Amino acid sequence: MIVAEQKPIEEIVQSIKPYKKLLIAACGTCVTVCMTGGEKEAIELCTLLELVSELEGIQIRVKTIERQCDREFFVDFEEDIEWADAVLSMGCGVGVQFFAELYPGKHIVPALNTKFFGVTRDVGYWTEFCQGCGECLLEKTGGVCPVARCSKSLFNGPCGGSSDGRCEINPDIECAWQIIYDRLKAQNRLDLLLETLPPRDWSSSRDGGPRSLRKSSVYLEVD
Amino acid sequence: MPSLENEYISGLQRAYESGEFVVTAEIGPPMSSNASHVEKSADVLRGVVHAANVTDNQTSIVRMSSLAASYIGLTRGVETILQMTCRDRNRIAIQSDLLGAYALGLRNLLCLSGDHQSLGNHPQSKNVFDLDSIQLIKAVADMKNHSIFINGKKGKNMPKFFIGTTTNPFADPRELQIIRLKKKIEAGAQFVQTQAIYDVDSFESWMSEVRSLGLHNEVYIQAGILVNKSLRSMEMTKKVSGMSIPDELIERMRNSENQEEEGITIALEIIDRLRKIEGLSGIHIMAVGWEKIVPTIIERAGLMPTFDSNHSD
Ligand code: SF4
Ligand code: SF4
Repeated sequence: MIVAEQKPIEEIVQSIKPYKKLLIAACGTCVTVCMTGGEKEAIELCTLLELVSELEGIQIRVKTIERQCDREFFVDFEEDIEWADAVLSMGCGVGVQFFAELYPGKHIVPALNTKFFGVTRDVGYWTEFCQGCGECLLEKTGGVCPVARCSKSLFNGPCGGSSDGRCEINPDIECAWQIIYDRLKAQNRLDLLLETLPPRDWSSSRDGGPRSLRKSSVYLEVD
Repeated sequence: MPSLENEYISGLQRAYESGEFVVTAEIGPPMSSNASHVEKSADVLRGVVHAANVTDNQTSIVRMSSLAASYIGLTRGVETILQMTCRDRNRIAIQSDLLGAYALGLRNLLCLSGDHQSLGNHPQSKNVFDLDSIQLIKAVADMKNHSIFINGKKGKNMPKFFIGTTTNPFADPRELQIIRLKKKIEAGAQFVQTQAIYDVDSFESWMSEVRSLGLHNEVYIQAGILVNKSLRSMEMTKKVSGMSIPDELIERMRNSENQEEEGITIALEIIDRLRKIEGLSGIHIMAVGWEKIVPTIIERAGLMPTFDSNHSD
């Protein structure tokens, strides 16, 4: 899922201050799971904003758009969007942009800082797993991603700073290469690591410019 | 200063090949554009070491470029080892710097991943790591042996560096670190410098593993020595990730009335034990913040190099 966290309240207040009618749009997908931008958090944020003296007199509606990255989920909210001077979107960066693209005349304000693609490790604890590099090599690394999970995105084993399973940059970070090693050793597949992986073609990643994807079996060119 | 036209090869490589016990040290470029700082460091080391590493924004702190400082060192009569990390340059910048470095007469290259930028003084920066250090070694070796760039295209007058790298006998996971050393050698590394050794017992056991794989016959191994001036410096060293210092040494330093002398004595004892280890080809002395002690250490260890006369100065 996409993991995000709420922006500092002062920053949100500064962006919505000019407006009298605000729609807070929660998103029912990833950000609900990571407890940042779902209905519950939207209601809490609304309560908080109503207490801010700088925003006195503001009217706020809270709605949940199940998926802000998908056009069809917006249809039930036309009236609310029309009503509002501005929308505080609690979707991820994708949701905010898509919202803004669908309603180009409306000021859509982001409520979250979008962080990474990750998993829930523990209650209230998420870690990064993937960077969407465009050419997945998990098959070669025991299902552990060196691009996203090694601080230096190393492809051929750990740097000299790996110590007791921890990364040199911070003892709170696990060394991805220790995990790769442990996993492959347990599976008796360490020989995989004898191969030297050549320089990556990063053009499949963001380095090749913004990416798009068309699936020919379903994509119909409309002219 | 060698003529740029002739194919002079690395004096460091010749020293290794002639079987000398090789001694190198470091020139740390300044946090300024002051060339005389580099010249002074070079003056201390001239005639004392076979070559001097020139660090590349070590610990991710911005300093004069390694390439520029390596050249200044060379013009001052010290053969230099250009350190190059993968942290700050993509493959375009790396290959461009390699061509330039060779054109300036630099002949030794040390390939590293590089410390992460979050440890330095610009933690807000973006990192690169387009290549890792093994891919970098391979690229430099391909330039030398096959005259090709990373994209596989042929080049002219390609650099022929004497290729070095580093290894840390104390980093985890040990088995994988050895695999990685093997991969570095396969990629084309010709000499390797280790992380600073304090725990000689543990280094001996690492070396016996290295010997059992025959790696000491495939690459020249230089053990790193760090000289500490004070208890504080030793304690700071211990905090570096992947560094192992036995408590007993810390205690010796703490109880000493003359910590500078104790630091030297400890370094000399370590050097003495290291020299007896089979398969070791040299030592690399790091005296961060105390560079002027290096000649004393080398002198007292009885390791003054004997240069052959057609050397570069
Ligand atoms: S290799 Fe690329 S696609 Fe696969 S998990 Fe890592 S970042 Fe994601
Ligand atoms: S310590 Fe491990 S995770 Fe951290 S940069 Fe080195 S290899 Fe990558």
